[in-house]
Amino acid sequence: MDPTRPYDFKHLHYVGQEGRLIPLLQQAQAEDGYLTRERLLRIGDETGIPLTQIYGVATFYAQFRFKPVGKNLLRVCHGTACHVSGAKELTEEIEGQLGVANGETTQDGLFTMETVSCLGCCSLAPVIMINETTHGNLTPAGVKKVLRKYRDGEKK
Amino acid sequence: MTRVIVGLGTCGIAAGAEETYRSLAEKLSSGPAGVSLGRTGCIGMCYQEPLVEVRDGDGGRYLYGKVTPERAERIAAEHVGGGKPIPDWLVWSDSGAGTESDFLRKQTRIALRNCGHIDPEAIDDYLAAGGYEALRKVLEESDPDGLITRIVDSGLRGRGGAGFLTGLKWRFTRLAQGKRKFVICNADEGDPGAFMDRSVLEGDPHSVLEGMAIAAHAIGADHGYIYVRAEYPLAIRRLNVAIGQAEERGFLGDKILGTGFSLHVKLKEGAGAFVCGEETALIASVEGRRGMPRVRPPFPAVRGLWDSPTNINNVETFANVPWIVLQGHAAFAALGTANSKGTKVFAMAGKIRRGGLVEVPMGISIKDIVFEVCGGIKEGRKFKAVQMGGPSGGCIPAELQDTVIDYESINRTGAIMGSGGLVVMDDTTCMVEVARFFLDFTQRESCGKCTFCRIGSKRMLEVLTRITEGEGKEGDIELLEDLAVRTKSTSLCGLGQTAPNPVLTTLKYFRSEYEAHIHNRKCPAHRCAKLLTYSITDDCTGCTLCVKACPTAAITGEKLRKHSIDVAKCIACGACFKVCRAGAILRD
Repeated sequence: MDPTRPYDFKHLHYVGQEGRLIPLLQQAQAEDGYLTRERLLRIGDETGIPLTQIYGVATFYAQFRFKPVGKNLLRVCHGTACHVSGAKELTEEIEGQLGVANGETTQDGLFTMETVSCLGCCSLAPVIMINETTHGNLTPAGVKKVLRKYRDGEKK
Repeated sequence: MTRVIVGLGTCGIAAGAEETYRSLAEKLSSGPAGVSLGRTGCIGMCYQEPLVEVRDGDGGRYLYGKVTPERAERIAAEHVGGGKPIPDWLVWSDSGAGTESDFLRKQTRIALRNCGHIDPEAIDDYLAAGGYEALRKVLEESDPDGLITRIVDSGLRGRGGAGFLTGLKWRFTRLAQGKRKFVICNADEGDPGAFMDRSVLEGDPHSVLEGMAIAAHAIGADHGYIYVRAEYPLAIRRLNVAIGQAEERGFLGDKILGTGFSLHVKLKEGAGAFVCGEETALIASVEGRRGMPRVRPPFPAVRGLWDSPTNINNVETFANVPWIVLQGHAAFAALGTANSKGTKVFAMAGKIRRGGLVEVPMGISIKDIVFEVCGGIKEGRKFKAVQMGGPSGGCIPAELQDTVIDYESINRTGAIMGSGGLVVMDDTTCMVEVARFFLDFTQRESCGKCTFCRIGSKRMLEVLTRITEGEGKEGDIELLEDLAVRTKSTSLCGLGQTAPNPVLTTLKYFRSEYEAHIHNRKCPAHRCAKLLTYSITDDCTGCTLCVKACPTAAITGEKLRKHSIDVAKCIACGACFKVCRAGAILRD
């Protein structure tokens, strides 16, 4: 997740201080890439919310991770439209290309791959999202090209 | 003045619209004077992205499809520079030319009225299109009860899925006692296959804010939240921009338009839980807890966010509201059927030729949407079914294609209207596999509170998985039916109550496919890999392509002689089928 993405904190309004836990976790993850133990302890100390409750919330939502994430987060869509349009073949190609399975990070730390339920870009199925950029109408050959672009960008 | 406009929604960007935009910017900066370049949200023709519209100085409008940077250069030179449109790439024009005019002809755009026309990040564009006039009107009238009555009379029903009368919901919240009240926009569009709300938020965020402000005025709320999926970064960014602009111009914030009415709208990013689309789970999530539903009643209208009366509507519902206020409830009620008024936006995807966003009046038939509006099935294949309503919905078979779109007619088929995802399936789609796909989803997304939803969905998934893997047993169909009925009747929230719908509808309309899987170990659609057997016919030319492709060396044969497959070694991966140029691999 790109920590520099525009997110105006002014617009996060809470009645009293209730309901601040999830945005705090989201911010922590945006800064650290995942939820670190230290950060969770600090959130607990500063808000007074018991750590058990924080952990309960963090594990409930699919967005939160407890392991570091690679430089690029690659999400493969497995929504209905992608599913009937070849998401499985696409996933196999990506797994083969990167040598990782769902949720894993490549050895060079360049990519973390995740499968997700729907990216809401169904008319261009099958799609993947790398960081915040969506790539659509993909074929196994096409995804190879996309991955190469990111790898080449790294070398420059 | 000539304006060139590029569609920069998520679909457009995914298809390369940003490169097109850059190419145009470069060309036009050195081109003729008096030409401006702008952007807009989703135009709806996702299958033709990237889309570029040229608006001539004399008002003529030309929409070009599949505009690569190279095409953009030629459009800049020949059309913008030379005044000559390029007919070959034209998909629509106001003079009637263009290949895709049918797509727009049968549509009636209310919720999408500004999408694809205005720059979503420019409030002045929205104002020029009559934006915030509806809010001004209701604030001047200052008659919340009268307003609510008109929304009830318009017949507008919740577009998120359940279809409850919007005006009634407002009335309940207005009548409820509470020191403070809230209005929430549910933009947690979680159904796989649905992207209407994303497109509205990306293309016309102010219409949603205006709808929320009108609702807040009606019920007496002064705080609002938009609960939006984190998977929609562009929608989040544009909403942030829109909220900032609306506050600056006095359409949001304290003392709106000089009246005593105040509304502060905040954005709340979802954290990835499908169940949070359910009202009470969404509220729990905003409050910072695990997003688990609770028993209703009390309904959120009486006791919602922080135990205060809360009105929750979906994005598309809110986007309809300003139009109803300005054009009148009768104009809205004039569209549609007896119990379903107005229009509905559908996200068309799957094996359809024209995939994208369509808005049609209620009462249109499925056949008309699939064939007239969206041009039928890709590659001329056979139409098999539409899946409506996402994981809560069901599969409607081609035989029922004359079913009209309204809440009750769709319910009678066993599917639901849902939020409007419409995934079209052709004869290569295995319906048992589709049911397995949805159960895999709901099983993962079940929050675990209700036993049958938690365990029943898991058991149904196991049964469906073994059927698609050729391990189906006698009695599996009956077991599925039993589990489905029990899960429906013992779950608290919509997720569990509707999770069995994909299984029940496919069993109802495609029972023979289940039976073929279980009794004959065959997949009629040739999708379930483990049920397929491969052999080589006499058409084989002996080119050896399949020999090279086979990962287990199961294919043998001399060059230019007919090959054969050793069934014992074959793992049914289908590699030979894909490479064969003679069509000599028989898959059964």
